[in-house]
Amino acid sequence: MSDLSPLTWWRRFLALPNDSLSKTLGVALLVALVAATAVSVTAISLKPRQQAHVEAAREAKLAAMVATLPGLADILRETGAETLEAVLVDLQTGQIAIDTDPAGYDYLAAQSDAAQGMALVAADDGAGIGMRPDLAPVYLLRGADGLALVVLPVYGKGYQSTIRAYLALRGDLRTIAGLSIYEQGETPGLGSRITDPGWMGLWAGKTAMDAGGAVTITVVRGAGADASQVDGITGATRSSTGVANLVRFWLGPLGFGPFLARLQAGEF
Amino acid sequence: MNNSGWQHLSTPLIDNNPITAQMLGVCSALAVTTALDTALTMSVALIAVLSAASTIISAIRHHLPGSIRLVMQITIIAALVIVADQVLRAYAYEVSQRLSVFVGLIVTNCIVLGRAESFAMRNPVWPSFLDGLGNGLGYGLILMLVATLRELLGAGSLFGINVLPLAVNGGWFTPLGFMLLAPSAFIILGLLVWVIRARRPAQAEADEFPILSREVEARR
Repeated sequence: MSDLSPLTWWRRFLALPNDSLSKTLGVALLVALVAATAVSVTAISLKPRQQAHVEAAREAKLAAMVATLPGLADILRETGAETLEAVLVDLQTGQIAIDTDPAGYDYLAAQSDAAQGMALVAADDGAGIGMRPDLAPVYLLRGADGLALVVLPVYGKGYQSTIRAYLALRGDLRTIAGLSIYEQGETPGLGSRITDPGWMGLWAGKTAMDAGGAVTITVVRGAGADASQVDGITGATRSSTGVANLVRFWLGPLGFGPFLARLQAGEF
Repeated sequence: MNNSGWQHLSTPLIDNNPITAQMLGVCSALAVTTALDTALTMSVALIAVLSAASTIISAIRHHLPGSIRLVMQITIIAALVIVADQVLRAYAYEVSQRLSVFVGLIVTNCIVLGRAESFAMRNPVWPSFLDGLGNGLGYGLILMLVATLRELLGAGSLFGINVLPLAVNGGWFTPLGFMLLAPSAFIILGLLVWVIRARRPAQAEADEFPILSREVEARR
C-alpha cells in the first residue's frame, strides 16, 4: 500500500530524474505559478499607492497647463478666483448635473462601469473607448467679461494605449487654448513624443469648431497651414491621429458637443 | 564572513567588474547616468533583483531540468523585475517616471542572466547571494562614478543640489550640454576602463586583430 500523504508525494516528485517529462512539466508549472502569484500580489497590493501618485501627477498637470495659458494670471487677478470651478455634465443632455457632487464623483471608475454609461457602436466610437460615461467633469473659469476658459478631460485609444489629456477651450468655445496629455503608454521614443511640449503647443490657437458647431480640427502630414490643422509627428502617425480622433470625438455630439452648444447659447 | 565569501563579494567590485571588465550592462549604464538619483535608484533595483535572482536560482538549481533551464531563469528574473518596478512606482513615482523602461529592461540585462547561469547554477545559496550582491554593487559603483561626473559637469549639481555656481546665475561654470548625451557616458566608461586596466594589467586582453607594421606585412 503506497503512502499518499502530500509530503511523500512531494519527495517522490523531487527525486524524479531532472530530465523526465513529468518533472520538467512540474517544475515549469510550479515556477510559473509562484512567479505569477508574486507579481499579482505586488501589483494588486501596491495599486492604491500608485493610483494616488498618478492622481497627484494629473492634478499637477492640470495646474501646470492652466498656468501656462496666456492671460490666465490676469483673469485670475481680475476675478479673484483661486482656481477652476468644477461641474459635472450630463453628456446626453448637455445639462449640468446638480444632484451629484463633483468632488465625490469617480470619473475613472465610471469609464469602465457599464451601469454608469452608454455603449458605443464602432461607427460612432471615434475615440475607440467602447463605452461613454453619462457624467463627465468639466472645469470652468469665468472672468470679468464672461466665460474665459473651459477645460475638458478627454481620453481615447492611441496606437497601443489609452491616451488621457486635458483640452482647454477659450471663451469663444471654438479656439483651443491648450492641450495637455498627462497619461499615455505609447511606444517610448516614437508615439510617446505626443507629450513633447513642442507638439502639444501646436494645438494652442487652433480652431477646433466652425461657427455651426461642427468639429474641424484634424492632424495632417506636413506643416498644417489651415487654422484647424495640426502637424502630425513623423514616425508616430497612429499616436498623433489617435489624439486628433479623441479630441474630435469629445468635442462632437456624443462627447461634450451638447454641453458646449448650451454654454455657447449662454444657458449657464 | 570567511575569506572565500569575502572574495565573492569583493572581486566583482573592480577586478572582475561586470561593466568595466565584462562589458555587460553598458546600455543601461549609458541611459540612466545623466543624474545621480536615477543612477542610484537603478543600482538599488539591480542589486535587489540580482541578489534575489541568484539566491532563488541557486536554491532550486538541483531541480531545474537542463532543457528548460534558461526559460526558468528568465521567468524568475522577470517576475522579480516586475515586482521591483511596481515597488518603485508606488514608493518613488517621480524617479520611476524618469527611469521609464529601463527598470523593466533589467530582464534583458546580461549581468543578471550571466550570474545566474555561470555562478548560481553551480554554487550553494550563500556564495550565490554574495556573488549577486557583489556584482550588483560593482555595477552600482560604476554607475555612480559615471553619474557623478555627468551630473557635475553637465548640470553643475549633485543629487539635484547645485554645487558649482552656474553662469546663468552669475557664477563661473557653464554646463557642458554634451555630458547629458549618451556619447559622453561612452567616453567616461572608456576612460574608466583605461585607468583600471592600466593599474591592473591582468585585465588587459590580448589584441585579437593587431595592426601589422608595413615591414611585417611585406614579408608575408
